[in-house]
Amino acid sequence: MSRDNTVLTGAHFWDGDYACAEGAIAAGCRFFAGYPITPSTEIAERIAQRFPFVGGTFIQMEDELASMAAILGAAWAGTKAMTVTSGPGFSLMQENIGLGVMTETPCVVVDVQRGGPSTGLPTLTGQQDMMQARWGSHGDYEIIALSPSSPQECFDLTITCFDLSERYRVPVLFMMDECVGHMTEKVVVPEREKINPVPRRWYRGPKDKYRPFQPEEDGVPAMVRAGRDYRVHITGLTHDERGYPVINAECQNWCVKRLVNKIRDNAEKIVMLEEFQTEDAEVVVVAYGISARVAFKAIADARAKGVKAGMLRLITVWPFPERRVRELAERVKVLVMPEINLGQVYLELQRVVGDRCQTAHVPHCGGWVHDPNDILAAIMASGR
Amino acid sequence: MSFEQLATHPLDDLLRVDRIPHIWCPTCGLGIVLNSFLTAVKESGIPREDIVVVSGIGCTGRAAGYVNLDSFHTTHGRALPFATGLKLGNPKLKVVVISGDGDLVAIGGNHLIHSARRNMDLTVICVNNFNYAMTGGQFGPTTPRQARLTTAPYGSYEHPFNLPFLVDSCGATYVARWTVLHTRQLTGSIKEALIHPGFSFIEVISPCPTVYGRRNQLGSGLDIVKYYRERSVVRNGIDTRECEIDYQGQIVVGRFVQKRKPTYLETMNDYLRQSIGEEFVPYQGPMDESGD
Amino acid sequence: MKLWRSPLDADEKKPPHGKVHIIIERCKGCGFCITFCPKQVLEPSPDFNRRGYHPPVVTHPERCVNCGLCTIICAEFAIWTKADEETEPAVSPTHRK
Repeated sequence: MSRDNTVLTGAHFWDGDYACAEGAIAAGCRFFAGYPITPSTEIAERIAQRFPFVGGTFIQMEDELASMAAILGAAWAGTKAMTVTSGPGFSLMQENIGLGVMTETPCVVVDVQRGGPSTGLPTLTGQQDMMQARWGSHGDYEIIALSPSSPQECFDLTITCFDLSERYRVPVLFMMDECVGHMTEKVVVPEREKINPVPRRWYRGPKDKYRPFQPEEDGVPAMVRAGRDYRVHITGLTHDERGYPVINAECQNWCVKRLVNKIRDNAEKIVMLEEFQTEDAEVVVVAYGISARVAFKAIADARAKGVKAGMLRLITVWPFPERRVRELAERVKVLVMPEINLGQVYLELQRVVGDRCQTAHVPHCGGWVHDPNDILAAIMASGR
Repeated sequence: MSFEQLATHPLDDLLRVDRIPHIWCPTCGLGIVLNSFLTAVKESGIPREDIVVVSGIGCTGRAAGYVNLDSFHTTHGRALPFATGLKLGNPKLKVVVISGDGDLVAIGGNHLIHSARRNMDLTVICVNNFNYAMTGGQFGPTTPRQARLTTAPYGSYEHPFNLPFLVDSCGATYVARWTVLHTRQLTGSIKEALIHPGFSFIEVISPCPTVYGRRNQLGSGLDIVKYYRERSVVRNGIDTRECEIDYQGQIVVGRFVQKRKPTYLETMNDYLRQSIGEEFVPYQGPMDESGD
Repeated sequence: MKLWRSPLDADEKKPPHGKVHIIIERCKGCGFCITFCPKQVLEPSPDFNRRGYHPPVVTHPERCVNCGLCTIICAEFAIWTKADEETEPAVSPTHRK
């Protein structure tokens, strides 16, 4: 069999869900455990269909809790693993996302957001899980979350998610939304040689000196897999560098601070942004996901009306790009944030900006995307 | 605090001796389960690097921290799906789940029935001490009626599970029950289960003197084990429906089910090969570690 | 176990003999080995270890047949037997024969 099925080089007409599945395969993901939930089901379906052609193992688990636990297990078996879900399932996965953070397990969790809370609007869009992405699990921790604005980004950024998870040994959340997930657009898949997925950070030193949670210079420990006679002990309890549980405040201080600083100290390398016409902007729209695409229209209309508007698109939502936002806040009049929720990432924007400049919020309850005129109105109101 | 010792127990190479003494109470049966398990591992001859232990939360869950093998102490109830991920991620591994009755059967109940249904190639050692011990002695789905526990202060009025029957009816292909007194049979069962392809479930009845025993005035762990000696009967091959345990009643032990059915991986690979034909690419195993 | 007649090959075949090893400081005084030893080789010691438990003491070493029950029933990995030929003498004060 000579055909390479793993990277379908060429131009395709895919929806975001399919593009995400293909991105995972191109990134080297070969284990998937999931549970069907609208609007993410198509990702699971595509993977179920494709994995047998690329040497992957697909399993539909009995629920989302099992799915999240299974991908952690598979990661420790030595493979790249992914699961997909939406709001209600994302809630169920939180405990084990915490386990993934605590055990520093690389994996990708895709949340194709829909209207919430609770069962909400299963088939319609929302961006209402953004704070949950940051704080959904209990305890203090930092996480990486990306948000795509197009099916092309669903392909490209899924690969980035895997890269970040391997580089920083942390579960990475891919916060899609139903609109992008079910939108069909041109997706260009490059040649296999142009895709260089980041390999796992394997330990290379002497076996007896291995400590599963001893950080290297960048704060990230090297990893091994089960079955190589390293005899690792991995636990969700607070642990020392050997992985052994140590139940006291001193170890908690060491353990948790290291997990948090691992992301915070590397935030500048993790953050990805797109800037559009910000050089001379007086009003900058800070947006992510589908809302950013709608906002581009509003910005064009504002410019036509003489208001110097620009866009700071958050590709990485968590960690929040504090430095760049503060820089912009020093020189613009207003930062406008449209979100398909009643104020989630906006809270972070307000916190970071402080009183450097004004902030304006364009909320939306969900079920549809913003009317660009609503965003335009917010830009015009503050541009005065 | 370390004690100087020049003597080495025969199982010390399989124990994390820097974590001994373990946290389990005097006369608790968990140390015996660990002893039987490690003896079985040694006698089975299975290469040590291939054996992985996964546990959940609870007193039994601490077992993972004491074995000198790759071990994973996961979240409450999720040992089985984690173990499923490990097994499917590297089918060469021998994955053993050691967890308690609360962890595997209550919060983990859904995963138990599905893993058994799939005949996932796992070995499950379910230590049943009839309560949630770690949290101070609450009743659980295996607590016999009448037993008094902190959340059933007047005695439990819920019907408990009959675990061998439960997993048998879900499709487990190796089912056994022993008490901690039946150490040799238990070791033998664990050895059989380790090489048995498919879902193996061994229930181990174990004394919990500090909570279950004390709250029901059953004496020390030694008194409880003497009750096992008096009231347990070996019935190999019996119908699992007959395995109910009443409060301080008879305990039927034995190897009840041992049959061969295609495992999850065997079924998956055969089926996909048939359906897809030549283009089917089976899972290639874990990633290459050479850094490419 | 009381035999009411002697086995016919009693002169040629001898039951195995074992030596009991105890790591005193590991013992938590559960009493399982003492109670279940089929040859009543052990008794509770009048002394106690550093943690206040009474470990077993070998009072009838000649009776041990190396059955291995104490080895496998000890929850603390504190006692085991070895067949006589394999036994090496121990010197540690924490290790009593």
